[in-house]
Amino acid sequence: MAGTLDFSPDDRCNAFITTCREAPFSDGALAGVAVAVKDNISTAGIRTTCASRILEGYVPPYDAHVIELLRKEGAAIVGKTNMDEFGMGSTTETSAFGPTRNPVDPTRVPGGSSGGSAAALAAGLVPMALGTDTGGSIRCPAAFCGVVGLKPTYGRVSRYGLIAYANSLEQIGPMARTVEDVSRLMSVIAKYDPRDSTMLDRPYDHRPSADIAGLRVGVPEEYFGEGVDPRVAETVRDAIGVLEELGASTVPVSIPGMRYALAAYYVICTGEASSNLARFDGVRYGPAVDIRKSWHDAYQEIRQANFGAEVRRRVMLGTFALSAGYAGRYYAKALGARQKIRQDFERALRDADVIAGPTMPTVAFRLGEKTDPLSLYLADILTAPANLAGIPAISVPCGRVDGLPVGFQLMGRQFEDERVVDAAYAYEQEVRA
Amino acid sequence: MVTESDIEHIAELADIGISRDEVPEFTRQFNAILEYFEVLDTVEGERAPADGITNVFREDEPRPCLPQEAVLANAGSTENGFIKTPRVM
Repeated sequence: MAGTLDFSPDDRCNAFITTCREAPFSDGALAGVAVAVKDNISTAGIRTTCASRILEGYVPPYDAHVIELLRKEGAAIVGKTNMDEFGMGSTTETSAFGPTRNPVDPTRVPGGSSGGSAAALAAGLVPMALGTDTGGSIRCPAAFCGVVGLKPTYGRVSRYGLIAYANSLEQIGPMARTVEDVSRLMSVIAKYDPRDSTMLDRPYDHRPSADIAGLRVGVPEEYFGEGVDPRVAETVRDAIGVLEELGASTVPVSIPGMRYALAAYYVICTGEASSNLARFDGVRYGPAVDIRKSWHDAYQEIRQANFGAEVRRRVMLGTFALSAGYAGRYYAKALGARQKIRQDFERALRDADVIAGPTMPTVAFRLGEKTDPLSLYLADILTAPANLAGIPAISVPCGRVDGLPVGFQLMGRQFEDERVVDAAYAYEQEVRA
Repeated sequence: MVTESDIEHIAELADIGISRDEVPEFTRQFNAILEYFEVLDTVEGERAPADGITNVFREDEPRPCLPQEAVLANAGSTENGFIKTPRVM
């Protein structure tokens, strides 16, 4: 079986930046399956924008490793999805291509930064999509749109061809409407690639099992405390109750380092962004820089004109946090905090096999509701710790509050993505039955 | 606390470009975020070197790479197979 898939979706939520009306596909495990790809993943011959004007006109000359694998297994790449510019946001409102709307309620944001992928799934436009997750960018939109998303263990999926934002935190991961499809997509994309030197040869090849008898579920108090909507907390406690009915037991655990997780996360991600985004200068790609001007003038002019405010804010924050005289106070301390958080999770995951909590502290925000950067940053409090620790984390829908989806987050030990998938699958099978 | 002139200096260091009317708002937002970062002052002790992690090295040997036309295809300004940039000096 091989051919061309006609793809002309009714994209009223603005989930896509680019669609491929005729998407070729071939034989394989995903033969003819329409897969949407977040627009920060390089696709040869298909423009890739990171939802930024700074990459206007850029057509990658090569495929990311995950795209090579998708094509090899027969998938039809049907389009590139909207996102917060360079992945920097939790709402998909900072896109240069306009915001994506949440298919569940178009007055709400879909979450971010992989908001276009989640919206395309929730609107029924595709059965599978790729997202990327630096501090929650797969799990947040999955939660807000009522779909499933997995942030794999750091080092399990190649980042080759992912346009870098914060290398030490981010992973490409699968999104779908069911845990089973997330697992199928993960089986295709999690294969060793020596071109990503932070990768380990630990392929994922797993069929989910709903047998979770004896599973120890850690419940960290910090995930149910201040700042978490009590109705969201209650909904997630009910979901944990379902796992108990299936034979799991619960154990209280604690992640004391949560108190500085977000500060550490934002120092590290902006620091990495400040050097990664230095490559966008209008020389090798994107809108052409004015070569008659002096270097700094030309560079500042093109970056001011083509980066949005949040990207420039983060590049400046990172530059500041790494600058002489401040690196010791901010960056070095953030690395110390990161190590403590990783140790907290290691300790908690000795008493428990998985850790459960809400994905997001609230349901989806209204479009335009969050304008202050710090208040938006605080929304990442429950997702960013898994990125700091490098552990796998999945979000699966677990009910609604005010008619809006709530995400149930399950985190596990490094390289035990299979276990969090199984726990999410057991929950999903039970509540769908 | 950072001042408006600090913000202009950081923008200069980052080559990011900032307009005069953005400076007050960026300064206010920076100070709110830096105040939040103060919690890092409570992190105790030095970071210990990670166990069991080694660098991944490879020999510096030529490998297949993109053809020159593909590399130049996205550049705004080229000449004789090279990319043209603004003057550095």
